[in-house]
Amino acid sequence: MNSIRRALVAALVFTLARPFAALAAWNKEAFGAKTPGDALKTLGIGNATPSKDVVIDAPQIAENGAVVPVEISSAIPGTTALIVVAEKNPFPLVARFDFKEGALPFVKVNLKMAETSDIRVIAEAGGKHYVATKEVKITIGGCGG
Amino acid sequence: MKLVALGAALALMSAVQAQDASKEIQRYRQMIAEGSPAELFELEGETLWNKPQGPKNVSLEKCDLGRGAGVLKGAYARLPRYFKDADRVMDLESRLLYCMETLQGRSREEATKRVFGSADRPAEMESLSAYVAAQSRGMKLDPGLTHPKEKESVALGRALYFHRTGAWDFSCASCHGDEGKRIRMQDLPVLYKPEQARPVVASWPAYRVSTSQFITLQWRMNDCYRQMRTPEPNFASETTVALIHFITATGKGASYAGPGNKR
Amino acid sequence: MRATLGQGYTDVRVLMTHPMETGQRKDSDGKLVPLHFIQNVTVKVNGKPVVDAQISQAVSRNPVFTFRLKGGAKGDKIEVSWLDNQGESNSTEAAVA
Repeated sequence: MNSIRRALVAALVFTLARPFAALAAWNKEAFGAKTPGDALKTLGIGNATPSKDVVIDAPQIAENGAVVPVEISSAIPGTTALIVVAEKNPFPLVARFDFKEGALPFVKVNLKMAETSDIRVIAEAGGKHYVATKEVKITIGGCGG
Repeated sequence: MKLVALGAALALMSAVQAQDASKEIQRYRQMIAEGSPAELFELEGETLWNKPQGPKNVSLEKCDLGRGAGVLKGAYARLPRYFKDADRVMDLESRLLYCMETLQGRSREEATKRVFGSADRPAEMESLSAYVAAQSRGMKLDPGLTHPKEKESVALGRALYFHRTGAWDFSCASCHGDEGKRIRMQDLPVLYKPEQARPVVASWPAYRVSTSQFITLQWRMNDCYRQMRTPEPNFASETTVALIHFITATGKGASYAGPGNKR
Repeated sequence: MRATLGQGYTDVRVLMTHPMETGQRKDSDGKLVPLHFIQNVTVKVNGKPVVDAQISQAVSRNPVFTFRLKGGAKGDKIEVSWLDNQGESNSTEAAVA
């Protein structure tokens, strides 16, 4: 009885002290890469097949590069991850989303883009990679404060 | 003949391109509207509204924004309007300031010390404006137009809109006075035309994604004047309230969309 | 955070208050504001992790995410948590409406 109680107390204390434990460590090397090629190589992504089933919904023109809304998804069966790259950003790798059982390969997120460039999205399914790109033109707004 | 045809084709192409650009910008605006950080300001505003402050240590819960003490629903939609107790026409922010002074006992100096905040530290007026304006979401804008002082205020606003002043001799109409003008990618609405004023008044105050700041109408007017290179108007001055009143009156009847999201 | 049922799926929209500083911005005194951004985001349904995200400082300030869950029933407990590069973390919970 005593040992079970002690184990429970230990578990609770651990939870309170560390409320968050990331499932995947943040990939410092990939996020620090300065070219899209380097970032993808670090992630082990070689040749990706262009696919219309990887969908990028983003406006062609963004009024400001601070917030570029992007909705991405994959219709490829067995998609377990979506990787987002903004080609001309100083650090091109923007995000990696890993989907487990229960989640659909879909995400909408707001990105910062330094300048007009392609958004490249890679879907990982069954060990293979598929890619789609879309250009977003970045403009600067009028003058209203 | 060939040259003329080419010219016409090019003109047509650029007209079509302009149309496409407009459509794509609409798409951008629609996408950033879905899920707006403005909501965070609304929540913060609710906290501030209920927070006892000032020498009297009282919250703003009994503030009368025109529909009765503490009545928030639909209050923003009926501003600006004349208030008997203050004997003047007030917009949202001047009315909030009035309540801070009278209900909470705060001095004007203290309450207006930092009316426009920053991305890292929003000012009270931003969150309070977001919260109060949100309570009029979906309602028709119906500013006060019948009281003599209300009529004076709208007339003053109209005069100010066209009045050229400051180092550059600009008026609001210098930029917002003719059809088809734009600054960079922004089409400039002609705000004395109801159909162009309506979408504008229906979406302010708003979160500016480019600066991560929640911009109130007083702030917007202040910044317009700054860009016109005029002296800075006082916060909630007769000038700024009159301008806001004029534009809202021009856009009356618009269905208020709630605090918006802008580039 | 809002979790709403769709046709065979549940959309979870979550707003986060975070500066997402790139380390390249100067403050009003002209000093560089240090790198400060969310690195990990986790979505759990009824305690089970379903989305594990690694993001960079290129995600906009005050991030807004929409995730999509398979199926979903009213009352399902959704938890979204984040961890940033300075060791700060936060989480929020909501039930599917």
